[in-house]
Amino acid sequence: MTDVLKAPAPASAPASRRGTDARTARRRAALEWVAIHSLGVAAALFFVLPFVFVLLTSLMSDNQALTRSLWPHPFEWHNYVTVFHTAGFLTWWKNSLVYAVSGTVLTVVSSVPVAYALAKFRFRGRNTALMLVVATMMLPPQVVIVPMYLFWANQMHLTGTLWPLIIPMAFGDAFTVFLLRQFLVTIPNEYVDAARVDGCGELRTLLRVILPMARPAIAAVALFQFFSCWNDYFGPQIYASENPAAWTLSYGLETFKGAHQTSWNLTMAATMLVMAPVIIVFFFAQKAFVEGVTLTGVKG
Amino acid sequence: MAASLTSPPATATGRTVTLRAKRRRSALVTLAFLAPWLIGFAFFFAYPLLSTVYFSFMHYDGFRPPTWTGTRNWSYVFTEYPLFWPALRNTLWLVVVMVTTRVVFGLGVGLLITRIKLGTGVFRTAFYLPYLAPPVAATMAFAFLLNPGTGPVDHLLGDVGLPQPGWFNDPAWSKPALTMLALWGVGDLMVIFMAALLDVPREQYEAAELDGAGAWQRFRFVTLPNISPIVMFAVVTGVIQTMQYYTQPMIAGQVASGVIGNSGQQFEPGYPDKSTLTLPQLVYNLGFQHFDTGSACVIALVLFALAMAFTALLMRRRGGLIQAGD
Repeated sequence: MTDVLKAPAPASAPASRRGTDARTARRRAALEWVAIHSLGVAAALFFVLPFVFVLLTSLMSDNQALTRSLWPHPFEWHNYVTVFHTAGFLTWWKNSLVYAVSGTVLTVVSSVPVAYALAKFRFRGRNTALMLVVATMMLPPQVVIVPMYLFWANQMHLTGTLWPLIIPMAFGDAFTVFLLRQFLVTIPNEYVDAARVDGCGELRTLLRVILPMARPAIAAVALFQFFSCWNDYFGPQIYASENPAAWTLSYGLETFKGAHQTSWNLTMAATMLVMAPVIIVFFFAQKAFVEGVTLTGVKG
Repeated sequence: MAASLTSPPATATGRTVTLRAKRRRSALVTLAFLAPWLIGFAFFFAYPLLSTVYFSFMHYDGFRPPTWTGTRNWSYVFTEYPLFWPALRNTLWLVVVMVTTRVVFGLGVGLLITRIKLGTGVFRTAFYLPYLAPPVAATMAFAFLLNPGTGPVDHLLGDVGLPQPGWFNDPAWSKPALTMLALWGVGDLMVIFMAALLDVPREQYEAAELDGAGAWQRFRFVTLPNISPIVMFAVVTGVIQTMQYYTQPMIAGQVASGVIGNSGQQFEPGYPDKSTLTLPQLVYNLGFQHFDTGSACVIALVLFALAMAFTALLMRRRGGLIQAGD
């Protein structure tokens, strides 16, 4: 900083030199613009081409999928019908949807009050509670899976269903609590105090004053939770593997590959169908999403 | 503060009574709001964690009642279990190579996106989208793209005369292939870095430019110091994510090995040649494939210790992961 202040002001150069300087500067800027945008296109290819290859392959005949041709000829739209008619596929789709939707609703409903209390109430042990939330958020699910499995299998007899995955979500999710709390602390206390002065109870304050303001954050955590359920592989593998009627898409997709060993076209069509909902949801809720990612760790 | 301002004036005794009642009531309200998490924490975390410790000293196959074996499970895991050390070595590799390249690449893409002026929204979406691809689907897609003999990437490498490695089928290339998959999904880091880069005060760049600093110097002496907390954040969360790395290596190994998933056919994770083993897969392998509950719990505790150590590092960070409340 001090160096900067001491730096001599640029001496005014003779007019002609200033002209060439400006021209080189402009040329440099133009070159830079081209370089940056070419790099951008190259990077975009890296990110987008895998999707394109998967999509194109999903429309090929199974023989063509094994050749080096890149463009489907003819377009086998029927592959998608075949995938849908594959035993179980619709069931897996339904299970994924049930898991993701119920998981999201339960998580948000149970996590909002916790996040609110951690953000706006003053009580002893609040920092400890917050630390514990962060700690549990960072833990791999495998750490407690063995006793959890034994509990759901031996005490509750619920393995072979998705209940062992859905029920715990009614008890708050650390990541959701943490993210919401990060957002809620940024809401000025004056709003909360004003509501209290007006005679609102804590619950009314939360529902009437805070929730409307927190809508973008809630949308973000709901999306995250939806995707994390939809993408979950480990949970269904542990609890649902014994019963194909309870499989989800993420888990079933694997079997699909196994059963269609060389039919890359069908496997890629199935892969597309697993990716599609996520991509569609993203396009509808892009803004909420990007906001959510920035909330994760960096201050909102 | 607010409470004292809003509490109505009262006589000395009256005030203490109402205050105490109020405090008791507010404690109850706090408890009620926290209840879902408190129950969940006790029941789905604290209790199973203690029980994991308990089982790590027991012999238990899931059928006969558990019997005490002292430290037998621990010594089995560390000295005899053939998958433990390879998994730990792989984890170290992933921490050193995958986390580093992901952070560097994420920063690079973040820098790029802040300087793109034409069609920024389209580029941002394109860069971000792969991050959302479900891990199972993304891994299958890469297994196809890289598949020796049939994959488009394999063809492409052949066309330009580059070597065509076996990727997911070659122990030396399976982790680089997984790293590529991780780079493809770098969108989360890109967004975080993008936000951080846009926060760097403009004046500092202008001042540096007046000082005659070149592009590299501006990056080194202005950008980097400003975003270093975010870089630190990205590295530590990357390490923590590595401790949880499960789905991608599991699927990659399974697909490449040709074992039919979920068919009851036993798939020993780590294909090819233990090169994709990670610690979480060992919990699955021991606990759910070999019914060795005790040893699975030992691995779980090792995983717990590692994840906690890095989480502690993250929380000690100045300015913290936890944003200060009121």
